[in-house]
Amino acid sequence: MASLVSHPDEVKVVTKRFGKGATSLDRYLELDGYKAVQKALGMQPDAVINEVKNSALRGRGGAGFNTGMKWSFVPKQSPKPKYVLCNGDESEPGTCKDRLILEHDPHSVIEGVMIAGLSVQAHVGYIYIRGEYRYLSEIMQKAIRDAYGRGFLGKNIFGSGYDFDVYWHGGAGAYEVGEESALMESLEGKRGIPRIRPPFPAVIGLWGGPTIINNVETLASVPHIILGGADWYAGLGPPKNGGTRLFCLSGHLNRPGVYELPLGYNLRKMIYDVGGGISNGRNLKAVVPGGSSTPVLTAEEIDVGMDFDSLAKAGSMLGSGGVVILDDTTCMVKFAQRIMKFYQHESCGWCIPCREGTDWLKKTLTRFHAGGGTKKDIDNIQYLAENMLGRTFCPLGDAAAMPTISIVKKFRKEFEDHLEGRPCPFEKAGAVRELPVMA
Amino acid sequence: MKFSDQFEQRFTEMLTHYPTKRSVLVPTLLFAQDEIGFLSDEVIHELAGRLDLTDLEVRNVISYYSMLTTKPRGKFNVQVCTNIACMLRGADELFEHCEKKLGIGHKGTTPDGLFSLEEVECIGACSWAPAAQVNYDFHENLTPDKMDRVLDEYKKKGTQ
Ligand SMILES: Cc1cc2nc3c(=O)[nH]c(=O)nc-3n(C[C@H](O)[C@H](O)[C@H](O)COP(=O)(O)O)c2cc1C
Ligand code: FES
Repeated sequence: MASLVSHPDEVKVVTKRFGKGATSLDRYLELDGYKAVQKALGMQPDAVINEVKNSALRGRGGAGFNTGMKWSFVPKQSPKPKYVLCNGDESEPGTCKDRLILEHDPHSVIEGVMIAGLSVQAHVGYIYIRGEYRYLSEIMQKAIRDAYGRGFLGKNIFGSGYDFDVYWHGGAGAYEVGEESALMESLEGKRGIPRIRPPFPAVIGLWGGPTIINNVETLASVPHIILGGADWYAGLGPPKNGGTRLFCLSGHLNRPGVYELPLGYNLRKMIYDVGGGISNGRNLKAVVPGGSSTPVLTAEEIDVGMDFDSLAKAGSMLGSGGVVILDDTTCMVKFAQRIMKFYQHESCGWCIPCREGTDWLKKTLTRFHAGGGTKKDIDNIQYLAENMLGRTFCPLGDAAAMPTISIVKKFRKEFEDHLEGRPCPFEKAGAVRELPVMA
Repeated sequence: MKFSDQFEQRFTEMLTHYPTKRSVLVPTLLFAQDEIGFLSDEVIHELAGRLDLTDLEVRNVISYYSMLTTKPRGKFNVQVCTNIACMLRGADELFEHCEKKLGIGHKGTTPDGLFSLEEVECIGACSWAPAAQVNYDFHENLTPDKMDRVLDEYKKKGTQ
């Protein structure tokens, strides 16, 4: 459904079957499908974990934790069943990549879930897909049925004596459910309220059993690592930042789209070469490098490698791969307000710093943008946001606070320009009305 | 309370996928809503009974999820994303345009019951912004003109 783009700098690993009809099981098999899981069946579970660890694959859902390392935390012996849970809740504003993977290569996700399961000796995996992605749920359910039909899933997979089941699960609209512990609550049929950690899901997860939770893209990368080898995969990116990832370019760009690029790819090149530069010949003002929860970068900060460690050094995060480009007609106060409106709407209300903090911040930013701001508000916004950091039950509070803090810090002048009842200086700038019309 | 055969089949099968019955609740609520149009008292009572839950426990879950509703909506639910990537490419204007065209606001329904309108959060179409969903169908790279054509199509479909 969503249109595909390409660029010569792309390194196609996860996207290599896109547009090639790989939703069909026969086609997937022709394109090396289900070879990796068969290879993994012949390996020791620890060898699978080590391969993934050494590949320097880091979680594509947001936090960027080393995937093999996460798997190694699952206890070898467990009285309760172990599970794999694939996170396809994709709701971080700016992020639209898992959608393409589920649309074009659903079997690779199933295969990734199976390999993760083998590595920790689990026998059941769930693939959770957000409720809005109905067509993808249908694609996934069919893919699972087809895999059962061939005996790739169920009892004695590939004649190995190992049993493995994979089930689809659907959401019904909630960003917070993407948070791993809320995700488990939702799968258990409850409100998506986060759980306290520790214990981490790898030790006590679904129905009390050890559970591996990974993002769709993370799991779709795993079969390629098993087939191509850890060294090859790790070598695609800078040290400790293995592989490629799907960058979702959006906003004021000439060629927005989802591109697969090696980790460490220069952000300036990503904007001006891959994304075709800023639309309408305008200038860059700011970049959201990894989804709405990541601190913004200014136009002077874009000579940075797009990998976890380089962005952390630059004071931001690689996050979920949503790269949002803002041109110089964008009002940063309005932008901050819209981000906060989102987090306020999505806060589950369980803990007070998040529930009250996002609400106060939204109200203050809305009033401020409308011309009712006072000088003291600017410091108050900063103060409120800083006091949410690290004080909430789950990281949604941080996700709301981090971009806000960075916007006030880096664009304080724009806040001052809104003071004393002055109308928003950008309201009439008209970037939006001049945007190119795509067919 | 009568659901379709497909619903019943899926429900029975899903129950075998989990160690606890209530695990099927969230997707099942959405499937039920798709058939009945909204989660009526009757639907809630029926599903609660099947899953050994109280009506209140089911309502408690429903109120958490933004797609679930206990009130009827229009036949076509127009959901315009106004989150950041869409906002930068004209989503606020697009939403206003829909309000005018349909004569209803956020969460409103047209008197003929054909359309509902909702401002929604990111729907995973950021690289093809601005975007909207009508029921489950995605419409991307929208302009007010293109939106008019989309809405006219649904109107034709709904009044045939
Ligand atoms: C509020 C919130 C929302 C999240 N949403 C998602 C999501 O939609 N998809 C996702 O994969 N991870 C999401 N995460 C991250 C998950 O908690 C978890 O870290 C991730 O699924 C682990 O997979 P990974 O290691 O493969 O990235 C979210 C985290 C938070 C705090
Ligand atoms: S911001 Fe509108 S689809 Fe993501």
